[in-house]
Amino acid sequence: MPGLSGRMSTVIKAKISKLLDRAEDPSETLEYSYQKQIELLQNVKKGIADVVTSKKRLQLQEQKLRDQVVKLDTQARQALAAGNEDLARTALERKNVAQTELQSLDSQIGQLEQQQEQMTASEQKLRAKIEQFRSRKEVIKAQYSAAEAQVRISEAATGVGEEMADVGLAMQRALDKTENMKARADAVQELEAAGTFEDFTQLGAGEDDIDRQLRQLSSSSEVESELAKMKAELGTGAPRSAGELGAGGAAAAPAGEPAEAEQGGPSPGQAP
Amino acid sequence: MIVRIATEGQYEVGEGDMPALEQLDNDAVAACEDGDEQRFNDTFTRLVEFVRERGQPVPEDRLDPSDAIFPPPDVSFQEAKAEFSGEGLIPG
Repeated sequence: MPGLSGRMSTVIKAKISKLLDRAEDPSETLEYSYQKQIELLQNVKKGIADVVTSKKRLQLQEQKLRDQVVKLDTQARQALAAGNEDLARTALERKNVAQTELQSLDSQIGQLEQQQEQMTASEQKLRAKIEQFRSRKEVIKAQYSAAEAQVRISEAATGVGEEMADVGLAMQRALDKTENMKARADAVQELEAAGTFEDFTQLGAGEDDIDRQLRQLSSSSEVESELAKMKAELGTGAPRSAGELGAGGAAAAPAGEPAEAEQGGPSPGQAP
Repeated sequence: MIVRIATEGQYEVGEGDMPALEQLDNDAVAACEDGDEQRFNDTFTRLVEFVRERGQPVPEDRLDPSDAIFPPPDVSFQEAKAEFSGEGLIPG
């Protein structure tokens, strides 16, 4: 059969003969093949354990990030209530970064979940084939003459060899993907190590290097709209620059919002 | 005919369904050779679905080799192309 399947079959067949074509004596082939199968089964188990470990690591990070999102949101509100808009903006920018990371962690945990299921299914399938091969191996040894045994052995070995090659491929693909996700987990850890999600109020309102990098990372329009929403919720009124707020309030109320004008502009005391 | 979808498993596909399957297979290769990623993805997805729908899963205690082996369902266009240029999905 030409086409994709033809190419794929050729490659797999080459792989099988490489896997199994070592021994000369038929009974040796049987034992060698069986040993290889058991080895592979153990590797698959190890592979599954790797995937589970990666998943747990990402889940831990996910939990941490969730906590950070809540914390940064609270801090942004506190900063805004205290009239420090710059600080609130910084907190929201960090929250934005944490949320972006959280989304990609979510989808990666989902993918790892799928891989774990697929590998577990592969393991069961391989185990069933190995069991079948093991019983056939005994029958072949007991019942057939050397010449017949040769034929039966090569049939059984090809069947189980194909399964082995296929399980090997499934495992390799799953582990490759897991490897990519480790890189993602490392990236989140680097952000943590750099203090991105630390208690930022310790830094004060001044902008440091991390702030500038974060500003590039986070979508500023999202941050601004969230800031506006938060202000509306807190009832601090019209958008204005932090500089004006910092200056002490009463002086610089811009025209535009009648409610504000009546109250004679905001003062720190107004914050709920 | 026993058909394997790599990393997924074997299916028994009736002789009557083989021409349609071979057609899909050839279409996938043609799309690959034309460098048409969208068409390759569409065709290959249809191919995999065809095997799943029309084929019967082969019991796990059978040890028969496949008559045809297809790439994994999540094969990428780049991987499929590499497969034809001889680099292959399966190293070593």
